[in-house]
Amino acid sequence: MLKIKNLHAKVEGLKILKGIDLEINPGEVHAIMGPNGSGKSTLSSVIAGKEEYEVTRGEILFEGEDLGEDAPEERAHKGIFLSFQYPVEIPGVTVTNFMRTVINANRKARGLEDMPANEMLKKIREKSELLEIDRKFLSRSLNEGFSGGEKKRNEIFQMAMLEPKLSILDETDSGLDIDALRIVANGVNKLKTPENATLVITHYQRLLDYIVPDFVHVMYDGRIVKSGTKELALELEEKGYDWIKEEVGA
Amino acid sequence: MELKDKLLSSFLAFEENVNMNSEIHEIRSRAIKDFEAAGFPTRKQEAWKYTSLNKVLNHDYTVFPKKEDTIEYRDVEKYFIDDIDTYKIVFIDGIYSSHLSSTTHEKIDACLMSSAMNSSKYKPVIDNYFNKVAPQESLTSLNTAFSHEGAYINIPKNTMADKPIQIINFSTGNESALMVQPRNLVVVGENSHVQIIERHQSLTDHPVLTNSVTEIFADKRAIVDYYKIQNDNHQASLIDNTFIEQQRESVCSVHTFSFGGNLTRNNLNFYQKGERIDSTMKGVTVIEGKQHVDHNTLVHHAEPNCESHQDYKGVYGESSTGVFNGKIVVEKEAQKTNAFQSNNNILLDDKATINSKPQLEIFADDVKCSHGCTIGQLDDEALFYLQSRGVPAKEARALLMYAFANNVLESVKIPELKKRINNIIAEKLGVNIGFNL
Repeated sequence: MLKIKNLHAKVEGLKILKGIDLEINPGEVHAIMGPNGSGKSTLSSVIAGKEEYEVTRGEILFEGEDLGEDAPEERAHKGIFLSFQYPVEIPGVTVTNFMRTVINANRKARGLEDMPANEMLKKIREKSELLEIDRKFLSRSLNEGFSGGEKKRNEIFQMAMLEPKLSILDETDSGLDIDALRIVANGVNKLKTPENATLVITHYQRLLDYIVPDFVHVMYDGRIVKSGTKELALELEEKGYDWIKEEVGA
Repeated sequence: MELKDKLLSSFLAFEENVNMNSEIHEIRSRAIKDFEAAGFPTRKQEAWKYTSLNKVLNHDYTVFPKKEDTIEYRDVEKYFIDDIDTYKIVFIDGIYSSHLSSTTHEKIDACLMSSAMNSSKYKPVIDNYFNKVAPQESLTSLNTAFSHEGAYINIPKNTMADKPIQIINFSTGNESALMVQPRNLVVVGENSHVQIIERHQSLTDHPVLTNSVTEIFADKRAIVDYYKIQNDNHQASLIDNTFIEQQRESVCSVHTFSFGGNLTRNNLNFYQKGERIDSTMKGVTVIEGKQHVDHNTLVHHAEPNCESHQDYKGVYGESSTGVFNGKIVVEKEAQKTNAFQSNNNILLDDKATINSKPQLEIFADDVKCSHGCTIGQLDDEALFYLQSRGVPAKEARALLMYAFANNVLESVKIPELKKRINNIIAEKLGVNIGFNL
């Protein structure tokens, strides 16, 4: 589904990604771990097509097609979803109206008519229940004054509404208490199918107790320096990142 | 003939045709002299630095329209907030339209200035309040000199107006160019509450100039919510002069929604006359083409423990121009004042202009005053967020502008009005907002 080949990228002249290779197949859950500043979030932004990031070498293939210069919305239409580490607050637009705009923008891109209001409401109700989201929450301004947990739940709610092929969860566990973490992880797990894939980006192993990865990659200084199965995450939790740094440095 | 001369020479004829209440006659005579001495404001005056009336004044306006009451309700229905029950005080070319109106004298008075001015029953109110807060400034004086018709609203103490009151001024195409000068008086008694929606709407392509004066008096603990819908056609210009005097613990808010019109100038002045008063001014401006909207506000804090809140947002497209001139005066006695002012603007085109000028004159030492002004583009991170959800860049920008402007509407207390304004903003910005929950 996703194939990243020798990806180099820079932002504001600074080289952040220095040759990433990664392949994710349908039905798989991958986790990328690594210390702060290793380039994890940059990788997720580059896959989502953030303009400020310039790909200088290599390519990202999605379902066999080079994403090239595709705008973020085009990548979304193809089925890529990014759950933000810091979801943006948009005062003045309710969660419901936002969702409606988003769903219909995606339908339009696929040549479909707007979703009828009753169908939309039904879907919103169904998916918000999955994330244990209160109805009142839906008429509040998007992310404005939301707690950390509410913001992340809202991200996964959007993911549930959009049903993407590839979901990238960027530090979804940061700022979550254990209950919120359980709800979020439960939502992600329920959305899993043999056709879609998930890329979890995290600093801590904690989230991986709930969203169990098939593969774990360790990122350091713009490269994936080690790959393995879920046991690698436990090893990192136990030993920290220093031994990786030493291994790479050596 | 220049407009000023035309108005001066029309004054005697005007006075012959209207009532002869001697006190009002005196007020008018003094006012015309004030106007004669002052003339129309020019850009040499600090308060008019960014707004020139030259082009607007350069039409041969008819100042005495003929009475031709020909509008059918179904033709103007869309200008009313018609999905809720309201009192309506409607004027066509400055003349009261009984068939479009729905006035009352039960519990509250929502009726006509002309009848209030001529009736002995209302004389005490007129004597106490008429022209008491309006200052002697050129345009206000001009309105006072020709003051004759408008809305008269009197809410006795301990009374809650049972429904909102709409004041609508239509202008028709019967005259080549028309100048109208509505004069409104709103008196709200102790512990009373009223909601008012005001609108000026031209139904012609001829130029229309409205020079409106509204005086509002809020007695102790009164609550006044006043909404101004400025969505007129692009041949119509409006000079709105609104003066509010507040007594102890009263709460007054004025929301100004400026979307239409050629030139719009809002002179909005709050005078606080007691302790623990709350004054709120909010504005949303979304304009394009060669439109010009000028918000000129004043809050005068004279007593301790009062608050004022100003929040004006504007989106300016093409070669439109915005002005925000917000003055806050805190007198020496007005300790513990909280005065907040914010003015945020988005310019969509290189030729669009905003002049934003806060003016704080603070003579007390224990106060909290803040003002902030931003002029900018949209937040890139928010744009990326929306795009990453599949919303194309162009629509994402429109949605963010909508959100930016829409945020001011939170404090609108009439849901139907809020929805109406919501839709106007969405339409102006090309956003398709569907349903609200």
